[in-house]
Amino acid sequence: MKLRFTIVGFGSVGQGVAEVLERKKDELEKMGFDFEVVGIADSSSSFIDENGVNLVEAIKRKRETGTVGKEEITAIEMIKEIPHDIMIEVTPTNVESGEPGLSHILTAFENGRHVVTSNKGPLALHFRKLVSLAKEKGLHFRYEACVGGAMPVINLTKELLAGNEIKGIVGIFNGTCNYILTRMASEQLPYEHVLSEAQELGIAEMDPSYDVEGIDTALKLTILANTIFDLNISFKDVNRKGITEINPEALILAQEHGYTIKLVGYVLKNGDKIDIGVSPMLVPLGHPLSVGGTLNAAAIYTDLASEITITGKGAGSLETASAILSDLISIARSLRVEK
Amino acid sequence: MIRISMDLELKDVPGQLVSVLRPISEKGGNIVSVVHHRDKKTPTGAIPVQITFEIEEKKVKEVLKELEAHGIRIVRAGEDRLRETTSVILVGHVVHTDIRDTIDAIDKTGFAEVIDLSLKMPGVEKPSAAFMTISATSEEGLRKALQILREISERKNLLLIEPVRWL
Ligand SMILES: NC(=O)c1ccc[n+]([C@@H]2O[C@H](COP(=O)([O-])OP(=O)(O)OC[C@H]3O[C@@H](n4cnc5c(N)ncnc54)[C@H](OP(=O)(O)O)[C@@H]3O)[C@@H](O)[C@H]2O)c1
Repeated sequence: MKLRFTIVGFGSVGQGVAEVLERKKDELEKMGFDFEVVGIADSSSSFIDENGVNLVEAIKRKRETGTVGKEEITAIEMIKEIPHDIMIEVTPTNVESGEPGLSHILTAFENGRHVVTSNKGPLALHFRKLVSLAKEKGLHFRYEACVGGAMPVINLTKELLAGNEIKGIVGIFNGTCNYILTRMASEQLPYEHVLSEAQELGIAEMDPSYDVEGIDTALKLTILANTIFDLNISFKDVNRKGITEINPEALILAQEHGYTIKLVGYVLKNGDKIDIGVSPMLVPLGHPLSVGGTLNAAAIYTDLASEITITGKGAGSLETASAILSDLISIARSLRVEK
Repeated sequence: MIRISMDLELKDVPGQLVSVLRPISEKGGNIVSVVHHRDKKTPTGAIPVQITFEIEEKKVKEVLKELEAHGIRIVRAGEDRLRETTSVILVGHVVHTDIRDTIDAIDKTGFAEVIDLSLKMPGVEKPSAAFMTISATSEEGLRKALQILREISERKNLLLIEPVRWL
């Protein structure tokens, strides 16, 4: 089966997707899929080839010149005009307006393209609108990479645990915070010190507020809660506390009493009520959620399967591309059946 | 039903434990736990044993009488009022914002108490941290105590780190 893609946004994740598609070409062929990228756009250029973009060349050009192509056609024009099946939206997350991702996704749906995205902004602000539009148009819309990076938390809950009633999910969804808290605990160093260290290592952004104030975790939790409990909350509705006030003394006390402190996101069904929030919490040492370093983890509570915990890398170019690839293959499989 | 915990001293001979447990179960009591402290033998060679059981309140006296009749030495017996326990950490100016008042707010509820507190104070002007263990008579009481702590933390500008929520 032949499917044509466009990639909108060609940074860490976009290039990871291109690399993975190139690397997995033979395996995909064995599965009976012929995936072809017909257009790539970044913020100022695009690279279009209706016979298939040379991905190796595209990555090379982006790395050498900073732009992916010579064409002036914008992402929106590309989504509208270049015939393709699936648009892969991987532009930066914007928590204020959701743009440019929101317009990209809406345009794709209006033009009959399925969408796979890792961009949290549009989904954390306008979940219902996007999901309903996709449904109305009979299009697939998948976003596994938005929550937990390589950790397949959405597809695990929605598909593999099908038939189970999901009672709640409690997890660690931000690798930057987890790294900072793990280092503070093991080295007994102050927050500011470990933050600078994480910035030097490229684990934390120069403006870390998005991570350390729990915004990123709240975005992911919102998307997860909306997906699993069929809600329409905005991330602004989520109570949130970050990790900036935690001192080494708190971590030492926790450790002395058999706990560690983690930035936890939780969404629990409590009768008709949904209990949702982001906050530093005490996690017993040795509990499956007490993972270290930049790892993410999620414990899923169900009525039949009881508790299932997964852990994995929450970010990274190839790790995120892994989630995107699995979404692409899922869509391809359904399209093959629908045909 | 109330929960009773007792410290007994039993002679180190066979059948001693049975003579304690039988009267309890005969009166409709439910044994929750039995712990032998063989390593802490008394000078007379008796073994300290801790027993916890649940029973109707009006049967307690009968049980105690029966045990005494069997010549069993009861060191202590009392209602185990505080059954539910949880711990939290407070971060910020915990002491300067009147820690006594924070503890009192819990203790004066009548259903919850602060049973343990450890403090770490890095320096005079720096935020400190307190690990606090609270016990309550029921789960509901514990929830209410946590809610009181949440309100106090908000008012005193402290960061409250609660135990992770499970199902
Ligand atoms: N990195 C991860 O590990 C990870 C994990 C999970 C989810 N995510 C999410 O995935 C998305 C992409 O992340 P990333 O790390 O790849 O970001 P990135 O490295 O900053 O790349 C973003 C790309 O989007 C392009 N872009 C910006 N505005 C555009 C526009 N109007 N039209 C077309 N392209 C535009 C940028 O173009 P220029 O190159 O021209 O600047 C850049 O190529 C984000 O939403 C992020 O939150 C990332």
